[in-house]
Amino acid sequence: MENESSNSLFHKAFNLDISRRDVLKTGSAGTLALAAGSIPLPFVSTGASAQTASATAAEERVVWSACTVNCGSRCPLRMHVRDGEITWVETDNTGLDEYGNHQVRACLRGRSMRRRVYNPDRLKYPMKRVGARGEGKFARISWDEAYQLLADNLKRIIAEYGNEAVYLNYGTGTLGGTVTKSWPPASSLVARLMNLCGGYLNHYGDYSTAQIAAGLNYTYGGWAAGNSVSDIANTRLLVMFGNNPAETRMSGGGIVYHLEEARQRSDARMIVIDPRYSDTAGGREDEWVPIRPGTDAALVAGLAHVLISENLVDQPFLDRYCVGYDERTLPEGAPANGHYKAYILGDGPDGIAKTPAWASRITGIPSRRIVQLAREIGSTKPCYIVQGWGPQRHANGELISRAIAMLAILTGNVGINGGNSGAREGGYSIPFERFPTLENPVDTSISMFTWTDAIARGPEMTATRDGVRGKDKLDVPIKFIWNYASNCLVNQHSEINRTHEILSDEDLCEMIVVIDNHMTSSARYADLLLPDLTTSEQMDFAMDANAGNMNYLIFADQVIEPLFECKSVYEMCSEIAARMGVGEAFTEGRTQEEWLRHLLAQNRRRDPDLPDFEAFREMGIYKRQNPNGFFVAYRDFRADPEANPLTTSSGKIEIYSEALAKIAAEWELEESDVIDPLPIHASTFEGWDSPDRARYPLQLIGFHCKSRTHSTYGNVALLKAAVRQEMWINPIDAQSRGIVNGDSVEIFNDRGRVHIAAKVTPRILPGVVALSEGAWYAPNRHGTDQAGSINVLTTQRPSPLAKGNPSHTNLVEVNKA
Amino acid sequence: MTQYGFYIDSSKCTGCKTCQLSCKDYKDLDVDINYRRIYEYAGGSWQADGDTWQPSIFSYYLSIACNHCAAPACVPVCPSGAMHKRSEDGLVVVDTDTCIGCKSCAMACPYGAPQYSARKGHMTKCDGCYERVAEGLKPVCVESCPLRALDFAPMEELHERYGNLAEVAPLPSASLTGPSIVIKPNRNARPVGDTTGSLANPKEV
Repeated sequence: MENESSNSLFHKAFNLDISRRDVLKTGSAGTLALAAGSIPLPFVSTGASAQTASATAAEERVVWSACTVNCGSRCPLRMHVRDGEITWVETDNTGLDEYGNHQVRACLRGRSMRRRVYNPDRLKYPMKRVGARGEGKFARISWDEAYQLLADNLKRIIAEYGNEAVYLNYGTGTLGGTVTKSWPPASSLVARLMNLCGGYLNHYGDYSTAQIAAGLNYTYGGWAAGNSVSDIANTRLLVMFGNNPAETRMSGGGIVYHLEEARQRSDARMIVIDPRYSDTAGGREDEWVPIRPGTDAALVAGLAHVLISENLVDQPFLDRYCVGYDERTLPEGAPANGHYKAYILGDGPDGIAKTPAWASRITGIPSRRIVQLAREIGSTKPCYIVQGWGPQRHANGELISRAIAMLAILTGNVGINGGNSGAREGGYSIPFERFPTLENPVDTSISMFTWTDAIARGPEMTATRDGVRGKDKLDVPIKFIWNYASNCLVNQHSEINRTHEILSDEDLCEMIVVIDNHMTSSARYADLLLPDLTTSEQMDFAMDANAGNMNYLIFADQVIEPLFECKSVYEMCSEIAARMGVGEAFTEGRTQEEWLRHLLAQNRRRDPDLPDFEAFREMGIYKRQNPNGFFVAYRDFRADPEANPLTTSSGKIEIYSEALAKIAAEWELEESDVIDPLPIHASTFEGWDSPDRARYPLQLIGFHCKSRTHSTYGNVALLKAAVRQEMWINPIDAQSRGIVNGDSVEIFNDRGRVHIAAKVTPRILPGVVALSEGAWYAPNRHGTDQAGSINVLTTQRPSPLAKGNPSHTNLVEVNKA
Repeated sequence: MTQYGFYIDSSKCTGCKTCQLSCKDYKDLDVDINYRRIYEYAGGSWQADGDTWQPSIFSYYLSIACNHCAAPACVPVCPSGAMHKRSEDGLVVVDTDTCIGCKSCAMACPYGAPQYSARKGHMTKCDGCYERVAEGLKPVCVESCPLRALDFAPMEELHERYGNLAEVAPLPSASLTGPSIVIKPNRNARPVGDTTGSLANPKEV
């Protein structure tokens, strides 16, 4: 994915560095000249074990650092340093590794951090664009020139268009940091800077959870909580809808490890519902139920039909805690037979009984298995029903997320040990007050997924058609983008070719600032490129892991001196603040380390058990078990719903949502978009039953690649080789296309074309192909991606309610390339 | 002589490859050298039934490094004597000062453990992290495993704790070289010589 101009810059830099650092003893000059292409470590090539043998080697230091990327886990790294270079990366080695006080062991990515720090793609000094936008041609400039260019343009754009023309793009590259925190953008230093300068256009939602966050907000009120993953130790049956921690939360202190330990304790049966035979299954499941993508709500409806018909629902729970299950709790304003039971039994407006046979045709699951599954779920208490975030990342994902929760509600598993709400698993976190980013004077907010539209047609976007919040419509388009630690400018946003078209028009968005470590595909579209420090080059605290009953804080110390001319985001924002006339207000006179000391001291006043700065620095990782045992979502509500109501308008679990009925009546929706007061199944564009399957017969879904966290680490050669980017296809679909394992194939639809190798595997449902998201977009001269970047094929058409990314709702055809 | 060996819990292994990458970082290996290789073995078929599908498929992972065999195939074929089995711990190690890089060991080993490094100009392989072991530590791969699916200990201890299984598909028969490993099989495991599945990731090992 690297462009030629940047590579040549890096080659020059290598040679300088190689001579300066005198590592030629480890290889010939010829070998090192190839470093950018074949050897991922340009700076140091003496391995740890080789150095152990060297009697003359300088003394080794070990410094605690962290991997702060967006996998949902967060890992401590023990960096071994010699002569100012990282020689190898260890992880948590403290204690006896007993579960409950276990080691938080980094995965293959964290263990490869050295190759990310010393990567040939590193941005080395500030650069400004000199070619067309996206062409990748840049010229080196001084930091002073960069700051001035940025401040001048920011002032000009604010003066001309107002602060709502300034946008902070979604970015999760360093979301685990404290000073360096990139997500949510409102918690970043860029937000603090902008809030001192009049504010910026907000966004809501995120690329991970847009539809479930919007959907379950109407069911439970707010972000739907889930029981701690550790609570699986207390269950008898575990039902996983598209939940795959073995490929998404792989840390040895994270969800997959807790899942395994908890199951060893409960010996609970595990049912995995997923179009892929995932690594979470992989012989650990008791049953794998392959399902057509986008049809989970139909499966739930079929299960509900059996549960209702066979009297397996928890009627007392539905009566006391819920709204709209049947006529008894249906709100007054709702239509007759507008309740859930009527929908399932065929007495609702569509008149269709959602029998197992009906669900079978839609989901591809045999009727008898649906019946068995319903009987097992209905007769096993407690039952831990949990959904990952794949099922909701669809064009009907709001409905799907609510439907899966419905299964937990019908069976009365909400609010009890060993049960769950049907939302994703929760856990324990150590409260820690963060860097204050101040208030944004601007109220207006858009869905994070609609920023390309806000560039191209901002003033046309309204509240009831495009989900604009805080205002009836946008008044100005986006003219200035801050893109900090984000590859969502291009790579991780849908429909890359459309994004390219919009960004290429320099009259639309006038200034794009990218702050990052590497020449990502997003960085190529910068007008101004500011080289950021990696976690290894600065001091920070890392936290926010999803970690069951034991959470932790990491002291991520500075391991090495900053490389090249890279600077911290704190220093950058401080310098820009000074040029915007708010320097003192931004820093409050503190350095980065002084802020960390200040924040820890503040938190220790509230929580005296926290270690002091020096003790924390020494211990590296501070662990704490949940003092209240297993976290159970909605336990208080279950105990006393009158005293502890939910934050829904009724205070109860809303199976029928009056708020959604109102939205459904008022919003302007595109054809086939469905918003419904009940958690129904709805067909969508590019779904399994779309007429477009005549042209594009295969459903394409994404998944998480084990060698990347989204796109982070996607430029580390060792990781790319360890887990190859491949398109999964069933032998039945491969055979009819003449494709054998390892063949190069073309995946295409109306939005673009991708060339990548095929993995012909029985581990995926026929009719479905899968491509892991996050590969670094690499178009050839015809615009065909050569890297397997799924967002060439995904759509920017948003989901109906959340206006979120339907990343797994795609139809494609595949040919042998 | 104490013979050390690896325990591999294939029932826990999710194929995450942390063992492989932690080794590659510690030993500073190039892209194409894998002291530890993670084999994905998969197979089975699908039956259509009207609009529905019924799978009958399986997959599992096996993380294999050097098995430090009782009768290592690599040692007797080495013309320089560089490949040797250490008397103190039974680990099979290549003396890189002596090795001429002829690749005979690579051809003889049924597990693909010895690999030629073009950069270094000699054979390379897993040495069981014998320097760490001498310090009372376990090999880097073992201590890295997020799922605690690997262990390393004297074989007597491993046999006592975990049994005697040392072969499942797609490995060769243990009778060839007497590998110093104990495997806890995945529920999906197939026996050596199985033809119902195949190696699903040939380019990753």
